[in-house]
Amino acid sequence: MENSLGRNLSAELLQKLAYQPYQTTDFGHPKIQRHAPMVTATTGNDKVVNSLKEVVQKTVRNGMTISFHHHFREGDFVFNKVMRIIIDAGYQDLTLAPSSLTNVMNDIVVEAIEKGVVTNITSSGMRGSLGDAISHGVLDNPVIFRSHGGRARAIEEGSLNIDVAFLGVPNADRLGNANGMNGKTAFGSLGYALIDAQYADKVVLITDNLQEYPNTPASIKQTQVDYVVPIEQVGDPDKIGSGATRFTKDPKELKIAKMVNQVIVNSPYFKEGFSFQTGSGGAALAVTRFLRESMLEKDIKASFALGGVTKPTVDLLEEGLIGRIMDVQDFDKGAAKSMHLNQNQQEIDASWYADPANKGAMVDQLDVAILSALEVDTDFNVNVMTGSDGVIRGAIGGHQDAATAKLTIICAPLVRGRIATIVPKVTTAVTPGASIDVIVTEIGIAINPKRTDLQQALAHVPGLVVYTIEQLQQKAEAIVGKAQPLQFKQRPVALVEYRDGTIIDEINEVQD
Amino acid sequence: MEIKRIATAGTLESSDIQITIAPGNNGLQIELQSDVIKQFGAQIKQTIIDVLTNYGVQNAQIKAVDKGALDLVIKARAIAAVQRALEISEEPRWEVL
Repeated sequence: MENSLGRNLSAELLQKLAYQPYQTTDFGHPKIQRHAPMVTATTGNDKVVNSLKEVVQKTVRNGMTISFHHHFREGDFVFNKVMRIIIDAGYQDLTLAPSSLTNVMNDIVVEAIEKGVVTNITSSGMRGSLGDAISHGVLDNPVIFRSHGGRARAIEEGSLNIDVAFLGVPNADRLGNANGMNGKTAFGSLGYALIDAQYADKVVLITDNLQEYPNTPASIKQTQVDYVVPIEQVGDPDKIGSGATRFTKDPKELKIAKMVNQVIVNSPYFKEGFSFQTGSGGAALAVTRFLRESMLEKDIKASFALGGVTKPTVDLLEEGLIGRIMDVQDFDKGAAKSMHLNQNQQEIDASWYADPANKGAMVDQLDVAILSALEVDTDFNVNVMTGSDGVIRGAIGGHQDAATAKLTIICAPLVRGRIATIVPKVTTAVTPGASIDVIVTEIGIAINPKRTDLQQALAHVPGLVVYTIEQLQQKAEAIVGKAQPLQFKQRPVALVEYRDGTIIDEINEVQD
Repeated sequence: MEIKRIATAGTLESSDIQITIAPGNNGLQIELQSDVIKQFGAQIKQTIIDVLTNYGVQNAQIKAVDKGALDLVIKARAIAAVQRALEISEEPRWEVL
């Protein structure tokens, strides 16, 4: 079976899991019945449980779906602590449904799979030893990859039904009022975890910083929380986020960033009150610097910046160049710290951020999105999931969601070492070409042919060379040579959902 | 041409390749390590074999540690390695370059 991008999908698997193949980026206006959690009523005086072991015994049963958030990133202690107890207790057949999986979680997930403790996984992404193990077929059932908006949709509509959410927080009171901003392990916005707190049947908060009741501001509220578990330490502050994100000095990335800025400034969207989202990659970050200069020069201010937030974006807010930051996640300490200092840095949950199935997400209001890519093909489809060897090593994150912006710019070097970035066909299609408008490489840009308006607007910008996407692909191939196609077994190890819940691609077991 | 000594050219920096050539008696045997072996393994080996064949080398043990080098880099490192292994670095064989 093929979907509308011509990606081969296993019809049998789709039927078994009741999935439809991807068709279009247009979500339409369906009527959706939201799922509601099963609530156990309490006055709240008995929520504090003094051991993780005890709370796992109270909440987890075989076959359940359990979730975690990834806001502690590489500094996370909670995931490993809880999973250790679950594995040692001998639970079986659990579905693991975290917002994403970071490297520190890899080894214990592989162990849990090998012992039959975890038999299903859904996540935004994975990398390292876990991605490698999955790509080599360690898990019988296919992993389901979802974007941040897609995960919120799946939880709200009940296709992902979380039985127990284990949510680490840098502060909480005895009833479960908590935020992500205060405490030594503060990470800023609780964006992804807020959905779990709202929809999971059982919500367990785990903290190393029990506060006097009532603890405010409360992002997670006592009305949502079943148990509060004080532990020694929920994370390593030094590994949660880098101190301050630095601007790149890489001349290639700077050149790309400068061209991205030229595209933005010469597009029809660069006007008073525009909005933008930049990623955390080197080039994307450097765009912020060039954009700032252009905004000052033309006296243009942005109404909001969206997404994963870094200190450079906060600096623009404090300088008055951005009206609001709509903050689902903070990538560095500077951004995390500024959340409670800046009233105009608004915490938003994953649904508000990027969910197509609600009454209006932030991404629907977004003018400019600057995103990265492992591969882009001549149909403008983007891969952010599998590496040049076909092994899973990435995450969708908000890629599919933010790509629905009015102007979506992918910045990527033409080649990385001997690997071409612009290819005839991506290994894995994650974001459809229909939502991508401009590709920026260090040698020039390519504009999606359906955007004739942009073709016109960007035709005569000094220093901005416009190629066709086919020309960029050929130039890359001229440098690195023609790659032999990767060999895969006919066995799906993962399905990639588009943000609407259809299947945009499948990832097969690699052949070594 | 007989390999006279073990010789190495290249580094382990990214986009480089380190090629070590040692005497052998069973044709040109290449042990290749590369992150792009699936896509470019055959091409990398062929480039090295072509260079050695041009120098008239028929027997050698070759170890190549590739860090994503482009074809022209592989060729240059192979030439440097083989000239050192043949001890002709002071009098390069211009006709095969």
